[in-house]
Amino acid sequence: MGNEDGGDKTRRVVFVTVGTTSFDALVRAMDSEHVKKELLAKGYTNLLIQMGRGSFLPTKSEREGSLAVDYFTFSSSIADHLRSASLVISHAGSGSIFETLRLRKQLIVVVNEDLMDNHQSELADELANRKHLYCASPHTLHQTISDMDLNSLLPYTPGDATPVANHINRFLGFPDD
Amino acid sequence: MEKGNGCCFSSVSSAVILSTVAFVVILIFVRVLYVIYYCSGRPLSKRASKPVSTLIILGSGGHTAEMLNLLAVLQKDRFTPRFYIAAATDNMSLQKAMLLENSLASESGIDVANTAQFMKIYRSREVGQSYITSVWTTLIAIVHALWLMIKIRPEVILCNGPGTCIPLCVIAFIFKVLGIRWSSIFYVESIARVKRLSLSGLLLYKLSMADQIFVQWPQLQRQYPRATYVGRLM
Repeated sequence: MGNEDGGDKTRRVVFVTVGTTSFDALVRAMDSEHVKKELLAKGYTNLLIQMGRGSFLPTKSEREGSLAVDYFTFSSSIADHLRSASLVISHAGSGSIFETLRLRKQLIVVVNEDLMDNHQSELADELANRKHLYCASPHTLHQTISDMDLNSLLPYTPGDATPVANHINRFLGFPDD
Repeated sequence: MEKGNGCCFSSVSSAVILSTVAFVVILIFVRVLYVIYYCSGRPLSKRASKPVSTLIILGSGGHTAEMLNLLAVLQKDRFTPRFYIAAATDNMSLQKAMLLENSLASESGIDVANTAQFMKIYRSREVGQSYITSVWTTLIAIVHALWLMIKIRPEVILCNGPGTCIPLCVIAFIFKVLGIRWSSIFYVESIARVKRLSLSGLLLYKLSMADQIFVQWPQLQRQYPRATYVGRLM
């Protein structure tokens, strides 16, 4: 898993994405001093937050010697932000997770504990067991960042839909290719 | 005497009505069992040679992404024409499907209008909607779904949740029982489901309404033995 993908070598961006809804608990956790301190200690320079429909606004900052913080609500170019990031911190939606993994980016998935039907942690837990990402909750995020060893993560091999297509074809009586 | 006759007649006629009703009920029951246990889940015996009209139900977000990955490898000349349905509140899914169909059309030179159609369906319940108002919206959604299914009458249905696909699958199943149209229903459980089936998946599994249910994790297949493990789509 590569760290910097070209560009300014000294710039190391952490990109946070909450997806199409809101996840204020994550944005609030990112805004907290100990999370920012841990990120700075790990050598990251910029923090960019996609906050969706959330109402909690993080504090912007451009001070020297601290993490530069910026945020926006939505963007049509999430892919570009993912590509330019060194570390992605994402909500547990499968779309975000697989888009990030396919770009071979280091990823921490934060599970929204406030959701009623909390099946989302199933996928994040499974992929964390397989060492493709780290899994955290808003409360444990700073601990996860301080403990993580990004070099121990394994690249994710994208899946393949051909077996499903073969099953469907066989069922319907189409000859095998 | 007359009174007795009338009484006799009415009891005879009510017996006739009762036995007719009982006969029809048993007939429907037997037909449902036949559709579920004899036909569903078994490969069609005849060799398919003609293309099959295919209904693709797009679920939104991650569900749509998984479905498009399946469509990418599916033989487009076999599964044609294609009808796409997405929830009325989901603007992205049909756009993505149109993008795929447009690129297919520019490759093959066949006009998209001949191979694909795109439709929206009312959702029975939005995230966070109260259960009381959802009785009314569910009713509207069912009528709308029925109208779409009468128009499309697909031979193959591909779906992967969430709830949008349930009314359409139920109607397709009723069409099978009534002999209006035989559709093969394929349900692919989302990759996000590792330990348990989603509500849609569980309904189709328990009611034996889908011909095949595919799951993307081996531990899920062990828990639901009638499902088929197919590996990851993403």
